[in-house]
Amino acid sequence: MSTTVAPPRTAPVYEPPAPPATPAPDFIPGSPPPAPLWADTWRGISKENPVLVQMLGMCPTMAVTNVMANGIAMGLATTFVLVGSGLFVSLFRKYIAHEVRITSYILIIATFVTLADLLLAASFPEISKALGPFIPLIVANCLLLGRAEAFAAKVGPVRALADGLGMGLGFTLSLSAMSAIRELLGRGSLLGFDVMGPHWEPWVFMVLPPGGFFTLGLLLMTVAWVAELRRRRREAVA
Amino acid sequence: MTSVAPHCAPPAAPTEPVATPESVKAPEVSSWRLLATLGIAGAAAGLLVVAVYRATLPTIERYAAQKEAGAVREVLAAPARWDTVYLAKGALTKRVTADERKTLPHAYLGFDASGKPTGAAITAQEPGFQEEVLLMIGFEPASGRLIGFKVLDQKETPGLGDKIERDSSFGSQFAGRIAPLTGVKGRAPAGEHEVQTITGATISSRAVIRIIDHAIEQWQPLLVAYERRGGA
Repeated sequence: MSTTVAPPRTAPVYEPPAPPATPAPDFIPGSPPPAPLWADTWRGISKENPVLVQMLGMCPTMAVTNVMANGIAMGLATTFVLVGSGLFVSLFRKYIAHEVRITSYILIIATFVTLADLLLAASFPEISKALGPFIPLIVANCLLLGRAEAFAAKVGPVRALADGLGMGLGFTLSLSAMSAIRELLGRGSLLGFDVMGPHWEPWVFMVLPPGGFFTLGLLLMTVAWVAELRRRRREAVA
Repeated sequence: MTSVAPHCAPPAAPTEPVATPESVKAPEVSSWRLLATLGIAGAAAGLLVVAVYRATLPTIERYAAQKEAGAVREVLAAPARWDTVYLAKGALTKRVTADERKTLPHAYLGFDASGKPTGAAITAQEPGFQEEVLLMIGFEPASGRLIGFKVLDQKETPGLGDKIERDSSFGSQFAGRIAPLTGVKGRAPAGEHEVQTITGATISSRAVIRIIDHAIEQWQPLLVAYERRGGA
């Protein structure tokens, strides 16, 4: 007969979860998790690309990407507004009362849009004329208010700058890609330089509005396809 | 103890307010502080915009003036100098106030090196195929003979209608023609009242012809009367 005493059958001791670490004094609910600066910038270019993933700012994406110079100028103007408004929203985040924050963000964004409009008109009058009302309309771009509310208002100015730069570059790259495809096929040129030679019959369709939808559809399909391929490869490895 | 209240019974008065997490409940902010925040932010934004506006205005105006001067030079075949005359009270005059200069319709009178008038340039705007087409037109007031025209602004179909601006063989055939013009299609123009429309841009071409005809019809008597008065 065994003399060993069976251990008493006790219920597993319930350990209460450790109390959450005391939040930092300036903790704001919903603030983005800490990340290195390069990740803040890279996010906007890659997996949270404003145009190809978040589908924000579709109006200028369709309207001004008929030639490459316009696409790049629109992207850079939006980047300027994103970086400037992100910096100021972040700097004044503790002084902007919750009740008037949207008004304040719009005020900051509108100021930078006006500056971008004036500076563009003074430096590149032809491009400014071609972009027409779409520079002032940056104010209404969801991307701007979205980044101010979701990111810049909840982090320090350096991270806000990195995020604005990344989102702006992502926007610029998407618009450049779209306008390059449309200008190359629709006019046979890139940035105004003849590329396809004199025998190229331009696909006029591509510089018209339907060409914008068509090109965006192709780009989105490519991005989704690449994402799917990468997901499958990850699963195969795992 | 648990009690299930019947649906029709009035809800029991809450004994204590529902506790809200500290993080969600924002401290009450006075209206004055909100007003002050927006007021100060608005004033700062306004100052910044005004400062940049004042800094960029000379450059923007210089570009506009350069563009206008380039267009006048082109449609009047490089005059030695030109005067600007304004349409005030049904007649053309040079003497207007600085404010009126910005609003009144005006024409440019070109002169060659010996001071002989070479022609007049006017701007005119009318609907094209999609939106308004803005032209500058140069012509000789006495005969109605065209010197040239330039498209200043158009939003016609890229690749088709915008040939009115980019197709030089269309633009160049207007020099020497006499208004009123007619557009012909598929054959060479005959006589000094005909021009050939662009294939694929017939409506835009006709719009150009219409704008030129209307503008000359409207301005020719005014310019002739001004010259008869001796340019007063």
